[in-house]
Amino acid sequence: MDKLIVSSSPHFNGRKTTQNIMLDVIIGLMPAAIASIIIFGPRAFLVIAVCIASCVLSEYLSRKAMKRPQTVMDLSCVVTGLLLALNLPVTIDPLIAAFGGVIAIVVVKQMFGGIGQNFVNPALTARIVLMNSFPARMTHWAAAFDYGATADAVTTATPLSGQMYVNSPGSAPDYMQLLLGTHGGCLGETCALAILIGGLYLIVRNVISPVIPVTYLATVAVFSAILGRDPLFDLLAGGLMLGAFFMATDYTTSPLYFKARIVFAIGCGLMTIIIREFGSLPEGVSYSIVLMNIITPLIERYVKPTAFGKPKEKKKKEGAA
Amino acid sequence: MQEQNAGGLFPKRPFRTHGGAPVPHHKNTSGGQSKTMPPPQRVILPMQQHIGAPCEPVVKKGDHVYLGQVVGDSEGYVSAPIHASVSGTVAEIRNVMLTGDRPVEAVVIDSDGLMEPDPSIKPPEPITDKKSLAEAARASGLVGLGGAGFPAHVKLNVPEGKNIDTLIINVAECEPYVTSDHREALENGKNVLDGIYKVKEILDVHRVLIAVEDNKPDVIAELHRIADNGEMDPKDEVRVLALKSRYPQGAEKVLVQACTGRKVPAGGLPADVGCLVMNIASVSFLASFMRTGMPLTKKRVTIDGSAIKEPQNVIVPIGTPIKDVIGFCGGYKSEPRKMLMGGPMMGIAIVSDELPILKQNNAILAFDENEAKMYETTDCIRCGRCVAACPMNLMPTKLEKAAQKKDAEALMELDVMTCMECGCCAFSCPAGRRLVQSIRLGKAYVRKAGKK
Repeated sequence: MDKLIVSSSPHFNGRKTTQNIMLDVIIGLMPAAIASIIIFGPRAFLVIAVCIASCVLSEYLSRKAMKRPQTVMDLSCVVTGLLLALNLPVTIDPLIAAFGGVIAIVVVKQMFGGIGQNFVNPALTARIVLMNSFPARMTHWAAAFDYGATADAVTTATPLSGQMYVNSPGSAPDYMQLLLGTHGGCLGETCALAILIGGLYLIVRNVISPVIPVTYLATVAVFSAILGRDPLFDLLAGGLMLGAFFMATDYTTSPLYFKARIVFAIGCGLMTIIIREFGSLPEGVSYSIVLMNIITPLIERYVKPTAFGKPKEKKKKEGAA
Repeated sequence: MQEQNAGGLFPKRPFRTHGGAPVPHHKNTSGGQSKTMPPPQRVILPMQQHIGAPCEPVVKKGDHVYLGQVVGDSEGYVSAPIHASVSGTVAEIRNVMLTGDRPVEAVVIDSDGLMEPDPSIKPPEPITDKKSLAEAARASGLVGLGGAGFPAHVKLNVPEGKNIDTLIINVAECEPYVTSDHREALENGKNVLDGIYKVKEILDVHRVLIAVEDNKPDVIAELHRIADNGEMDPKDEVRVLALKSRYPQGAEKVLVQACTGRKVPAGGLPADVGCLVMNIASVSFLASFMRTGMPLTKKRVTIDGSAIKEPQNVIVPIGTPIKDVIGFCGGYKSEPRKMLMGGPMMGIAIVSDELPILKQNNAILAFDENEAKMYETTDCIRCGRCVAACPMNLMPTKLEKAAQKKDAEALMELDVMTCMECGCCAFSCPAGRRLVQSIRLGKAYVRKAGKK
């Protein structure tokens, strides 16, 4: 009776923890990961394993070096590793993949303070770093079911590069192929169906809110139509699905609340379609999301929720006074 | 507005509210009849059982007191008198440490076991206007029995110019474990309606909503039976409204929003949007006070938690030491490691079971090691769950960061004072962050900055 614990209310906490949220994200990424192994063969598994191992080890060592509490068990580094792998071509040199993991965890995440502190998405930023460091290796696409493909194999076109470079308006894209992902591209981005299943799982499990993916995809579709492109093709091709469900929804680098999330997702969609239509790059999802990550604090500064019982035009009134 | 409210415009469904948290219910004690505890050997009556200025003792050591006799009173407007809850002798007047940071004077009475009522107690003069209603409420010692301890006479004394069109009776009881209002409704339903009629006639209110969370079908059925009865509710102006059971439906501002769709302005009171909210136990008590004149001397309290042998509702004299009440409930089943006054979401952790039951207590919970254990805190992952959960539409994670920086300006910009400390944010936080604790600190910084 002498040692009653005195603490501040509430004295209850919900059962969700960072760890089981991250576990849910890993489960949500499983369909895409499995699809990639089916489409691109055992080498896809190797790339995934290398990326995860590299990220986990980087996290462990950097926390150790900084003498901070160990955070490997929150599983966020596994998520980063998995996402990085799904953003790489299957032909990638395992050493380059491992280097990507180090960039993502050490440079992008831990140097800024670890989980919740990085201002851009670690996996996407690592992918951009690799793209700029090893442009040829990063665009060496193997064809689907060409299990023997390595870095030396003949490269095949991705749907987006195909449309842009071949520019043959006569040949209609094969939507079924895009949905199933049986075409060239990064590991996890090709099979739109698998990503949709995983994304729905995250929404059902209340891990992500549908606001960002729905707004992002809708913006892309609308502007694709306005520009006279093929909206369905734009939705299914490239990294859009993976980006919309798994990258743009990253907690740390996307806004905290509904209104700002809408602005963020519209920004992502606009940027994606601008890069696809006018940019010299075939694909714009990674850059759009990272750019919007950077302006997230700015969005949160200007698009704020109104506290209960406060007048809506508080800002304006104060400005006028 | 007035015409519309005459009998009409009762919402069928509650209005939408923001946020909230799916807290577990644990209403273990809702099925059992409340037991009345015999008078304890001694009661401790702190002179502050309300918000507002503390009372001064009006008795001295050695005085004989009757049950219901005033032992403490104050000139302060936002204070309510304190009455002896047993008959007996004043043993001493000493300081006790309640849950705050300052000691409070308390009158300690040794009971003679007779519970002899004060012979001067008689029903109050017939209540005819607002003024006499407020006077009667003050004399009764009634404070908000839902937990805040806001004196009833202040609430009932609606300021001139504020037009109340809706009386809301709070039976939401959204805190886990707590079932004292639940039992009040089942055991004392007629009294409740009686009290409602007394208040609504005086205040000239023609729309009364009894708001109950829908996890209490037995309460809803019982209140329907009474309120839909022409004899009890001849004017048919009292209706039961089933609320979604999502914490914190019973928080005053959320309740007003759920019942009427109106938003109480920041820093305002329900009266600003034409509403008066009263707890069910409060109206029920008012009815019996008007019948008998016996002031507030006892309270129904839920005793529960993993360390309690026989969880139940007990009607206890106010001022009974908590350990005596727990003794009445069979004592401890296991070593208690955390004890709360109130529910687990907003209740206050207490340092000792020697403290007395207060007027506004609705529950005492005692938890063993397993539930008392503090959860681990990790870094914020910016998931936004706290923002989504906040019924006041605030950004708890940003408030926490501003509080850590002691940045009063940023805290005010983030409307820290709108926070009602319901705990939804901390409950929802996957990183187990002590958001409410930080926000409380933040409020203190803002108050300090304001004083300069």
